[in-house]
Amino acid sequence: MDKILVSPNPHIHSTTTTKVLMRDVVIALLPAVVVSVVFYGWKELLVLAVSVLSCMVLEYLITRYCLKKASTLGDWSAAVTGVLLALNLPPTTPWWVVFLGALVAIGVAKMTFGGLGQNVFNPALVGRVFLLISFPTYMTHWEIPQGLFGVDAISGATPLGVIKEGLMQGSTVPELMSSHGYSYSQMLFANIGGSAGEACAIAILVGFIYLLARKVIKPWITLSILGTVAAVSCVFWLANPAQFTDPLFNLLSGGLLLGACFMATDYVTSPMSTKGGIIFGIGIGFITLMIRYFGSYPEGVSFAILIMNSTVPLLNNWFHQKKYGRA
Amino acid sequence: MARRTFSIGGVHPADSKISRDCKLEYLPIAPTVYIALSQHIGAPAKPVVAVGDKVKVGQVIAEPGAFMSAYIHSSVSGTVKSIGPRKDLSGNNQMVVEIAVEGDEWMEDIDRTDTLVTDIPQDPKAIIEKIKLGGVVGLGGATFPTHVKLSPPPGKTCEMLIINGCECEPYLTSDFRTLLEKGEQVVVGTAIIKKALGVAKATIAIEDNKLEAIEHITKVVESLKAKGPEYSGIEVLSLMKKYPEGGEKQLIDAVMHRQVKSGGLPIDVGAVVDNVCTALAVYEAVQKNKPLIDNSVTVTGECFPKQANLIVRVGTPLNYVIDYLGGVPKDAAKVISGGPMMGKSIANLEAATMKGTGGLLFLTREQTKRMPESSCIRCGKCADACPMGLEPFLLNRLAKAGDTDALEANAVQDCIMCGCCLYSCPAGIPLLDVISQARGQVMGIMRARAAAAKAAAEAAKAKTE
Amino acid sequence: MTTTIIWTIAIISGLGLLLALTLYLVAQRFKVVEDPRIELVEKAMPGANCGGCGFAGCHAFADSAVKAPNLDNHYCPVGGNETMKKVAEILGYEVKEKAPMVAVVRCNGTCEARPRTSEYDGSISCKVKASLYAGDTGCSFGCLGCGDCVAACKFGALSMDPVTGLPVVDEEKCTACGACAKACPKAIIELRKKGPRGMREYVSCVNKDKGPSVKKACANACIGCGICQKTCTHDAITLENNVAYIDFEKCKLCRECEAMCPTGAIHGVNFPKPLDKEVVKARILERQKKAREAAAAAAAAEAAKVAEVKKEESNG
Repeated sequence: MDKILVSPNPHIHSTTTTKVLMRDVVIALLPAVVVSVVFYGWKELLVLAVSVLSCMVLEYLITRYCLKKASTLGDWSAAVTGVLLALNLPPTTPWWVVFLGALVAIGVAKMTFGGLGQNVFNPALVGRVFLLISFPTYMTHWEIPQGLFGVDAISGATPLGVIKEGLMQGSTVPELMSSHGYSYSQMLFANIGGSAGEACAIAILVGFIYLLARKVIKPWITLSILGTVAAVSCVFWLANPAQFTDPLFNLLSGGLLLGACFMATDYVTSPMSTKGGIIFGIGIGFITLMIRYFGSYPEGVSFAILIMNSTVPLLNNWFHQKKYGRA
Repeated sequence: MARRTFSIGGVHPADSKISRDCKLEYLPIAPTVYIALSQHIGAPAKPVVAVGDKVKVGQVIAEPGAFMSAYIHSSVSGTVKSIGPRKDLSGNNQMVVEIAVEGDEWMEDIDRTDTLVTDIPQDPKAIIEKIKLGGVVGLGGATFPTHVKLSPPPGKTCEMLIINGCECEPYLTSDFRTLLEKGEQVVVGTAIIKKALGVAKATIAIEDNKLEAIEHITKVVESLKAKGPEYSGIEVLSLMKKYPEGGEKQLIDAVMHRQVKSGGLPIDVGAVVDNVCTALAVYEAVQKNKPLIDNSVTVTGECFPKQANLIVRVGTPLNYVIDYLGGVPKDAAKVISGGPMMGKSIANLEAATMKGTGGLLFLTREQTKRMPESSCIRCGKCADACPMGLEPFLLNRLAKAGDTDALEANAVQDCIMCGCCLYSCPAGIPLLDVISQARGQVMGIMRARAAAAKAAAEAAKAKTE
Repeated sequence: MTTTIIWTIAIISGLGLLLALTLYLVAQRFKVVEDPRIELVEKAMPGANCGGCGFAGCHAFADSAVKAPNLDNHYCPVGGNETMKKVAEILGYEVKEKAPMVAVVRCNGTCEARPRTSEYDGSISCKVKASLYAGDTGCSFGCLGCGDCVAACKFGALSMDPVTGLPVVDEEKCTACGACAKACPKAIIELRKKGPRGMREYVSCVNKDKGPSVKKACANACIGCGICQKTCTHDAITLENNVAYIDFEKCKLCRECEAMCPTGAIHGVNFPKPLDKEVVKARILERQKKAREAAAAAAAAEAAKVAEVKKEESNG
């Protein structure tokens, strides 16, 4: 013993560090990544690689040369943003569009606020929404899954997009469902058109369960989103099944699961307290459905989460932890 | 069956009780002991011996300096060498009585036999007086004078005595060994405190990582049931292992499902909590006339070759204890007095043990070095861990802004300094460092305000009279 | 088309007028009437809001000064006499001039003189460190080196010297607001008289331990030997709790104590010439020797006188 070490208590520390938590999120996203690569082939692999790499490089450059701080690459948060952004884009997105998305996600949504922990909005979603508004052609035409070794890529719209368009042309929901051959089992296990991350519901649920088991996140936000979507769409569907899609369809389509399990539960941009989280979730679920049923976009999860992100400081102010001895 | 525990927060650090199988062992007496005059919460004791005086084991060397204070006895026989300042374990000066040891001559009225005395003929007042004369203080860590705790303020009645055998701190095993090896005495001590408080129910709460202790104490309680009315109503309760179960407020919540109001005392909800070692000290003081002159200390750590649970005379220099077990190991970087969660980091190994010293823990640099601080990711793990339901991330921010009003509104004064927030923070933010400073500041403001209000009320009263 | 434009303009302007009217009425309703001199005084203040005067800020100072019967309890250490003259002019009061002060760091335990005995691994804050333990050196009174004083200084007058590990006061920037002295948990920083042309003499140590243990902890410490006290001919030095203190009201800046101090704990700064310790020492020793001789002579004379008286008595 050279010089005795002296510090205030506690003297031991939990092994769960920021790095471990973020790595767990990446691990939880792996099933969805693998499935999307298998379904969409090398194009998806390219999108993933460009997205993750540019997020990490941009994070490094901005922290080192703009903020003049030590690099924060080691905390894996840039990798999480990269993977999430890639899973939110169609596999056909050109590489430079992906790069622009990463630039907005890391540069604008994350670093201008001061980096990890300071941002108000989910970086990957800001990147995605920026691309959705700026490059609607790339962002609304989705590839029908052809498999890793598929030859002909067929472009199409997502189920939600198809239905929205069909409804505007005067068809009813059941007609559209049967004419396009959408089935729940197909949506659950894969092979529907859409962004990479919404290809397979099961893969996302596996990741979600992993996060719960590792105690990285708590289930309340996700459950309240899914519960609200199910309940509200149930009311509309029962009232008019010809105009409104049914609850199960809503739960399984349009990236709702990806959003509810991985985007809405982002630590930085979600409320701290359980009560706040539940209200946050209800808000996301409700706004998503309103956009889907009455808005001009077929899909509303991204917007709903971003809108509710802005309420987080307020929710944190209103809802606090239950304190000991203060009834 | 669901395992019982407290309702808010808590963490699960690794148990690490590697010294659990080491039997209690008496440490040989050191050549010189340094007995501090302030070994308890409250006013320091006033010395009643002078340099050159001969003292015996158990002789009073200092008297209480105020109501909230305690007697201090010589733990050895010998000559008083000096009375003056000496560096304590934090390196600050503290008044100590230095005694050069000569032999081991005890006061005549101390019963040094092992016979278990189960009769409790004294009335509550006599018991409390004996406890006071024995210099007994709470040995769970806070060293609150026990006779003060056992004299509830008028108008408050105790409904349940809780004997704290949780030992929720990792590594420490001295309470566990005491329960196993001196269980009978602990139970008699419990009965004595029960009688002193005039309370019908007592619960000995033990965490379920100490099943042997739970079994043993249950048997002892059964076997002593017939010994008198004081022995009925004692129960053993198994609690789920979770830190900080042994915190007074958390333990009351776990055992009685009641919560002490902010700023209140356990007696407000009808509870008195004492540590198992305190119960043993009470037994010795009341039944054996033996004042609190020694206590059990766990010496442990993965890097420490010889684990031990020692019974150490109060005032023994720490390096004497360590040298007895083979000296400070090479790769040890930090020595802690107490457990790893709430223990105090020792800066000066020449300091001496005190009544409340419960453990000496050696940790390596890898085990204990703090990680570099990174940004808060707002994961809320600190708030989930806080057993008082506070929001450390928020308190940290408010403390940095110096907003004492908001700190008070967010209950920084309720913090029990258990360390759960800093333990669980994935970004390594020194939450507790900052919060404990803010807590001190806010408590100072609250005290000043209360004093001002009292003075104003008195002035108003004087005016009307 | 035109009607739409006209309507739009009309509605927007109407709305604007309505809101402007509301704002005006509200402003009138909640207007706070304030003594106009408060604003004038505040303008004369430095505007640092440092709280060095004991008020919450410059506005609070101005408010209180305007209401006060005189300026005896109001002094802005930052603006000094000049500002106070302006304030007095505005309010028509007399102002007493005060000697300018400066913050003085009374610890000279450099990294070299005061070796580290432990490694601190907590928040970089003197307050946290002080509440935890005596500090990472053998001295339990000295500077903890985390720079709480630097953080407290609103004028950028303090900085940590990386070589010595001690804070350094920039005399030009220091306004003697006292924020650093309040922030220091070890009460090392003291506000002292700046002195003529900045010349001042002070004991750069606050260690209250006894000589031997102090010496072990720090080579530059005051060991409480009392030589300075005996040397001082102006009765300016007191020795309490094993540490010397120079009263800056009484000190005549003769630098004799500095020359005599065995550990170099007494510092003199801003003197035009470096102190030739040996010369001063020789002078003092010579003086003391003479004084001793004179005292001995006086004592002898006294004794002789007494003997004479006795003789006379016995004779008489």
